[in-house]
Amino acid sequence: MSSASTAAATRPATEAQPQLVIDNVSKQFGEGPEAVLAVDQVSFNVMPGEFVACIGPSGCGKSTLFNIIGGLLGEYVGNVMIDKERIAGPHPAVGMVFQEESTFPWRNVLDNVCFPLELQKIAKSERQDRAQKFIDIVGLQGFEKRMPSELSGGMKQRVSIARTLVSGPQILLMDEPFAALDEQTRLLLGDKITQIQQDLHQTTLLITHNLTEAVQLSDRIVVMTYRPGRVKRIVDIDLPRPRTSDVVSSAAFGKYVAEIWGDLREEASRGMAESESSTATRGKSARG
Amino acid sequence: MASASLMKSRWFPIAVGASSVFAVFALLELLLKIGLVNRYIVPFPSDVVMALERIIVEENVPARIRETGFEMLCSCVAVILIGVPIGTALYRYRALRRAIVDWVAAMAAAPLVLAFPLFLVLFGRSSLTIIVMSIITGLAPIIIKTTEGLSGVRPVLMNVGRSLKLTDTQMFWKILMPAALPVIFSGIRLSWTFVLISVVGIEFLINLGGLGQLINDLAERYDLPGTYAAISFVIIVSVCFFMLLERVETWLRPIR
Repeated sequence: MSSASTAAATRPATEAQPQLVIDNVSKQFGEGPEAVLAVDQVSFNVMPGEFVACIGPSGCGKSTLFNIIGGLLGEYVGNVMIDKERIAGPHPAVGMVFQEESTFPWRNVLDNVCFPLELQKIAKSERQDRAQKFIDIVGLQGFEKRMPSELSGGMKQRVSIARTLVSGPQILLMDEPFAALDEQTRLLLGDKITQIQQDLHQTTLLITHNLTEAVQLSDRIVVMTYRPGRVKRIVDIDLPRPRTSDVVSSAAFGKYVAEIWGDLREEASRGMAESESSTATRGKSARG
Repeated sequence: MASASLMKSRWFPIAVGASSVFAVFALLELLLKIGLVNRYIVPFPSDVVMALERIIVEENVPARIRETGFEMLCSCVAVILIGVPIGTALYRYRALRRAIVDWVAAMAAAPLVLAFPLFLVLFGRSSLTIIVMSIITGLAPIIIKTTEGLSGVRPVLMNVGRSLKLTDTQMFWKILMPAALPVIFSGIRLSWTFVLISVVGIEFLINLGGLGQLINDLAERYDLPGTYAAISFVIIVSVCFFMLLERVETWLRPIR
């Protein structure tokens, strides 16, 4: 890790206690010569109410990190701590929004959002009231009785976000939630996420490979290297809040994008070169 | 404008279906009349319609429908109660799936009905033989489709469940089963088709029971209109079963 990233990673300790601590986290898949080190000694903190994005090229272990923090990958080296408790499985303080469309197709919007509250055995009227609040927050009022098949991709993703927020997680963890959406919808949903994060003072960690999305939404960006995923640099985004998608036209926004792209380009090129070389090797062995 | 609203009416498909059947009957009647179809092989549809009342009275059709319907109902319910848990077990235990899934698939293709003498020895010449044989005949599709449906549930839906710390039981009933239901229902439909054919076929073969036996009797008497009239009762019973299944499916699974 660079000195800049080390400084940034330890910086919040002088202020409030971090809500999420990622401390020297490593994860290897497989054994022996076939082993793949996906994530290597990753460390950073997320402060209460902060929006942090973790960005890196494909294959840098972003999704592995997402699964570790979400408790879906129980075995790893290092520590992921929430309130001084080490994460070794799904934690009620973490709410996850997945990259793939994850609404339940057999439930309407209201029932989808009510789902976590049903598990908590909350009375029907109360859970519907609470669900309605989050449906309103994500801007889906009037669609409560619609089935997911009747919604657009962006609306489905908003249902997933409302379903995650309804149980009141301390940390909202999102894995490329807008990856399947077009650029315009992505920008508008970014506005919605920014507004939610500001209104709820929601601590958020976004895993993404989209540079503009990361700069548009975040207070800090953790730039990761290509495999194995390490923290290359942590960049503070000093853009004014409240923030909307209009920020993308500002000079400061362009400067941040260019600066981070400088770091990412090298990693993405390395990833592409490795990928091409492994394809060529596979092709040779297939022919040979 | 008027034709568009007519096509949207819920009665339109029913009317088209009934008209198509009527049109086929009318065409067949015509072909028989002009001699293009042999009337000693195929009876006049009008004679079949006339025979309906006769066989209802003379052959005690209501009691036969009750008997065939009871055998079908027992077999159809049993294939679900037995097949879905077996399919679930095959999904859950990979080793078990590897060990027997090919045998189950082979069972679907095997002409089990030819093993009826064995079942007659085991269960006697009774409805029990018909029910047991029909259950065995109908099991394979529902087992295979249940396994396929559960295996095909998108991992992200299960990850949502895992992130919410669902227990295994909650995961099964709240995510796996509803997600797999459309595929399981296609298995039920296949299984029920096998069961309904099997019930009537075995009644016919062992000359026992309801409508199958009646078809056998009437065919042996060379009462062609009566035979086809009896077959039409089998079709009516089958349609009732599939309408019931559709109702259950709609109730269990909202529009997708």
